[in-house]
Order: sequence, then C-alpha cells, then structure tokens
Amino acid sequence: MNRRILEHPILGNLDDQYDVSFTFNNKVYEGCGNEPLAAALLANGVRTLRHHEESGSPRGIYCNIGHCYECRVTVNGQPAVRACLTPIEEGMVVESIGKLPTPVRDWRGEDE
Amino acid sequence: MSKVVIIGAGPAGLSAAITCAKKGLDVLVLDEFMKAGGRLLGQLYEEPDGSWWNGIHESTRLYNQAKDLGIQVKLNTPVNHIEKVDHEWVIYTEENTFYTNHLLLATGAAESPVPVPGWTLPGVMSVGAAQVMTNVHRVKPGERGVIIGVNVLSAAIAMELQLAGVEVACMTLPKMNKITSDATDPKKVLNSLLPVSHMAPSEFIKLGSKLMRNDFMKKLGVTFYPKKGVKMWNIPIQLRKAVIEIYGENQVEGVTIATITSDGEVIAGSEEKIPADFVCIAGGLYPLAELAGVAGCPFYLIEELGGYVPLHNERMETTLDGLYIAGNITGIEGAKVAATQGITAGLSIARNSGIIGLEKEIQESVRSIDHTRDRAHIQFHPNVKRGKRKVQEQWKAYYNG
Repeated sequence: MNRRILEHPILGNLDDQYDVSFTFNNKVYEGCGNEPLAAALLANGVRTLRHHEESGSPRGIYCNIGHCYECRVTVNGQPAVRACLTPIEEGMVVESIGKLPTPVRDWRGEDE
Repeated sequence: MSKVVIIGAGPAGLSAAITCAKKGLDVLVLDEFMKAGGRLLGQLYEEPDGSWWNGIHESTRLYNQAKDLGIQVKLNTPVNHIEKVDHEWVIYTEENTFYTNHLLLATGAAESPVPVPGWTLPGVMSVGAAQVMTNVHRVKPGERGVIIGVNVLSAAIAMELQLAGVEVACMTLPKMNKITSDATDPKKVLNSLLPVSHMAPSEFIKLGSKLMRNDFMKKLGVTFYPKKGVKMWNIPIQLRKAVIEIYGENQVEGVTIATITSDGEVIAGSEEKIPADFVCIAGGLYPLAELAGVAGCPFYLIEELGGYVPLHNERMETTLDGLYIAGNITGIEGAKVAATQGITAGLSIARNSGIIGLEKEIQESVRSIDHTRDRAHIQFHPNVKRGKRKVQEQWKAYYNG
C-alpha cells in the first residue's frame, strides 16, 4: 500500500522518487533521500518503531518534530536517535530498541 | 563583533536573521529540524481574499532570502544547553559550541498532550505530527483517523487531512472534558466549545464560511445537523460523546466512544466503536521556553498566552543582557505575528550592537506587531491582547519594584 501523497489540490503533485535503500530490523526498505526515517518507515507501512524499555509495549511516532522522543531508534549502532529528525541515507542500518532485561521496578520498591 | 546567534529557523527566527543581516550583522541560525521554516512548514489555509496561505512557500521564501543575505543556517542541530559565561552567551550543540553577545530564542511552541487510555499505541500521534507527516513529508498518517480534541489547530488540520485525501471519521472530546451541550442549537454547541478551544465561536463560524468560498471546500460542504450534533467540512464533531479508550492489539484499530453525562460519567450501554488506523490528540499549544528557563529568565503564567512565558518587553528583550525572544515562545499566535516579532527582535539586536538611528524603526516595528495581531483571522487565544498587556505590566513591576 502506498501511503505517499503524490497528488494534492493545493500543494501540487510529487514524483514517486525512491532513491535510497536502508534497513530496519534487517529488512530492506526504500525511501526518498530528503525525508526522515519516521516518514520513510510510515510510507512503507511500518508503525512500530520500538518497544518500551520497561513494559515492552509497542511505540511509534507521537510528536513527529523531536519533542517527545517516542520514536527513538538505533541508527548505525548509535542508540536513541530520533527517527522523526534523522534524514535517511543510503545503506543506513536502523534497529528497534527493545525491552531491557533488567526490571526497573525492583529497586524502586526497595527504596520506598 | 561576534556573530548574532538565533535558535529556531521558523518565521520569527528567520525574520530576525534577515533583519539583522540587512543591518550589516553576521548571523548564525540553528535549528534541530531538517528543513527551515519551523511549524510554518505544513500550514495551509485559505486567506479571506480567497488565496491560500502555503507555509512551505513562505518558509522557502524566507530561507532563500536568508541565504541570499549570507546568513549561515545550520539545520539538524539541536541546542541542548545555553549559559552566560563572563560576558558571552555560550550555546552548546552535540558537535559545536557557539559564542555570542546577542542570542535570540525563537524556539516556538510545543503541543500539550492529553493522555487517553491506549494513547501509547503506534498510530496515536499529536495533531501537529499528522500535519507535518501530511503536508511536509507528504506521507499519509493513515487512511482513516479520529481527532481527539476540538480546537482551532485541530479543526484546521482536520481540513488539511481531507485536502490530502485522508478520511477524518470524526472529531471528538477526550473523556476528561466535562462538556454539557445543547445539541439543538449549533450556535450553543459551538459556544460549548469555548472552554476547550479558547476561541470565539463567531470566529469558528466565520472560519467555516470563509472556507466555503473556495470551490473545493464547497464540495466538502459545511452543514449543521443540530439533532445529530454538528458537522464541519463534513466531519462529524461529537460533543456529547467522549473517547473512552483507543483500542488495538499492536497498533491503533479504533476508538471506543460513549455518551457522557454532564458530569462526564459514561452512560452504560452507549459505547460505540469507531474503526480507525490512526488517532490524533489535540491538547493545544504552549510556549517552548526551556532554554529561557535554563538561562535564568523570570517567568510568568499567562493563560491568555498559552502558559508560562519568559518576561520580556515590547522590543523582545528579556531581563538578561543580550538575550532576546520572539515568536511563540512569547505566547501562542500565528506565523505572521511571529514574523513581525522577529523583525522587532532583529532591530533591537542591531541597536544593542551599536548601530545608531534605529529608534524610529523599532517603534514602528513594535506597532506593526499590534497591527498584524489585529488583522489575524485565526486566533488561538481570544484574549491574547490582554495577555500581552499583563506581560508589559510585569515588566514595569520588575524594574520599578
């Protein structure tokens, strides 16, 4: 399913130009070189960008402009990069951040 | 002379930069986004004269003007801290540290979240996120969406989603809002929106009728159905119902809405499921002022301006030497007001940099902010002028003790 808005009554038309390949969780995707990761992934139908570090619940974009940090992913080995602010580049390796092995609540209970 | 540094490449920041450069100052603009324009990018509405305000065109125009004047614009550059060391402002980014005697914060606004059960599911996003995805990145946030929160911003974005061919199933209120409504009279229904939208209902109706002038909008239609509630641009606005939860296994599958009593209690058995693959949450905007906070600016809570604003005067100076603010950090308003504030800030910076003979120009610029505000046909807060007066009273009180 193509989620790109190629025709628009006011903003005009766009060409469907896929010129960059990147991987997300080892799967190859194509996107447009001037767009952020979050947009490229959504255009490919990918909504879940990571799983919450503590609860493991799925998370996607929320604010889309860098404020909320919900869309953080690992890019070329660097963790916690905001997918909404990171332009995709050829060969970029993107990975989800998953649930962490250490349950955070354990020590919190002891402290209280 | 050190470079003027401006944080934020939106209408306020770019206008300030252009003004400074025209006065012969060397300017550096920083922005964390990948494109210049700030949230002007993605704005799309019809002017009273029937022309369209296209935020992407406006942003490009400002950006090209800045580049032509030799202004350095560094994008993809988040600022994580500022501080005053000796007589200079120090600006920290991941890659570089910048120094200046004149620093303008034009950081804009952020969206207030409204927590609703299920709101962490992928597919739930702020209404501004949907706007950026649709109009800037040209990717559909989904095929069919529900908007939670009825206000000026969400109404405008609902219309923009429709323009892009995205279906808006309905606009509704979150459960926490206790809205009593008289659904027999559309005017009263719109009146009931007032506490939520901070917007005069007459403005709401006027906005609708203006958009009606456009042929395309005529097709979308503006019809009031008193008995069923109200429709705007063919989008049902559910005022007597509220979203109980956003449901879905691994991502949004829809929302459950229910009729609520005047106390906000759910009437049992009234629950209804609306399928959707995305949900927008619209909680309004507040000034994004963290950097002014870490710098040490005094703040005042001014409801009419959308929240806490750093103390400033009409010339966009703060109480801190060499620190200026402009745009939505001074209160929630439209891009045109932000741009005139940017021009004023730019002139103040030029004057404080030693350029003489600017007094008259500054006074005219201050007046043009008021003129622009008076002419604005979309106002986020109806009492913004009262809010602005309050800030000026606080400014006087601060210096007269």
